[in-house]
Amino acid sequence: MIDKQHLLNSQQMAEFVARGFLRFDELVPAEINEAVMRDIDRQAIKGAPAGTPLSQCYAGTALRHMLDLPEVQGLIQSLVGEDPLFDHDAIHVREPNEGKAQGLHADSIIDLRTHFDIQLMYFPHDVPLEMGGTLLLPGSHFRRVNEMDVAAYQNMRGQIAMVCKAGTLLALHHGIWHCGRQNKTDRRRYMFKLRLNPAVRQLRLWNTQDLEPGYQSQREIYTRNARDGGVQDILSRREPWFEAASGRLEIVNRIKLWRFLTGDNEFDVHYWLGRLENKPA
Amino acid sequence: MATIRQQVLTLYLSTSALDSRVLGWSMYDGTGNQAHTTGDSDTPPYETGLDALRDGWRLLQLPVLIPPYPGEEYSTSFMKYGFVFEKLEDTGA
Repeated sequence: MIDKQHLLNSQQMAEFVARGFLRFDELVPAEINEAVMRDIDRQAIKGAPAGTPLSQCYAGTALRHMLDLPEVQGLIQSLVGEDPLFDHDAIHVREPNEGKAQGLHADSIIDLRTHFDIQLMYFPHDVPLEMGGTLLLPGSHFRRVNEMDVAAYQNMRGQIAMVCKAGTLLALHHGIWHCGRQNKTDRRRYMFKLRLNPAVRQLRLWNTQDLEPGYQSQREIYTRNARDGGVQDILSRREPWFEAASGRLEIVNRIKLWRFLTGDNEFDVHYWLGRLENKPA
Repeated sequence: MATIRQQVLTLYLSTSALDSRVLGWSMYDGTGNQAHTTGDSDTPPYETGLDALRDGWRLLQLPVLIPPYPGEEYSTSFMKYGFVFEKLEDTGA
């Protein structure tokens, strides 16, 4: 069991629910990054059959050292439990001076669950802008699409190109739209991806000690003073690419996921669900 | 041999109104002069769909408004308001 100090806090969980990702810059030390790069070069990274407990994967390797970092253990435990299941891994390569980027997509196939998998994206070397970086679209994780169906969308307001230093980690909800941006350098770009499935019910797995009594109380609607950085505030923030109407539904999607994660079936934001659930007998 | 080539621009707008804000954009250039790809720009080519008309783009297709399928009223999927435009360029010399 990991020390609570390494678990995510409620603001981070709300960010994950709202935007579908968390970013941890330069989390992994240089010696592990360098060792992983050597293993990539030697093609020495070996995964496991789907469904294997993560604790049984990568024994004795640099990747195991990365996964055993308390901060990494803490974020994994907070999102998918203490010993999630290995789904698959992949070393994604973008070749030098590519002619085009990968098409925007969500991984796997259309997925109707409220339960979610995470994908860890690990950047073991520096990624400058001209090298591309993985592109991700914050807040796209609830959209029901099937893999490359969204490849027609070249650019969206608010998209993020992962420009980062070595040792940076992304934790993504499985539904996030993303792609490999064009690599305009003369060097190969690597990104290690690991998909994990929860093996326990995803219920209050993070450090919930910071949830103040009354944090979930209904607030006055349309107040401009609600930007307090709390859970309701975070879940109400629109992404720049949200359509006017569908953007409201995205907030409802977040409310439903927060209810699932907390077990609080009355939680609401801006009364979006409370209004619909008011059905006097 | 015909030297007219088509440029196609799709703008994904905030509402079904052509003069609403551009949220997403894609462009394909049949002249071969420009090569667009995913994630190559953070700045939309126009602020609204109407701005594209004013710049000479011809509207080819409007999004059709379809009521939500029963049971799917609250789910989200593709961008709903994709407007397709074209320009014709003479590449002949």
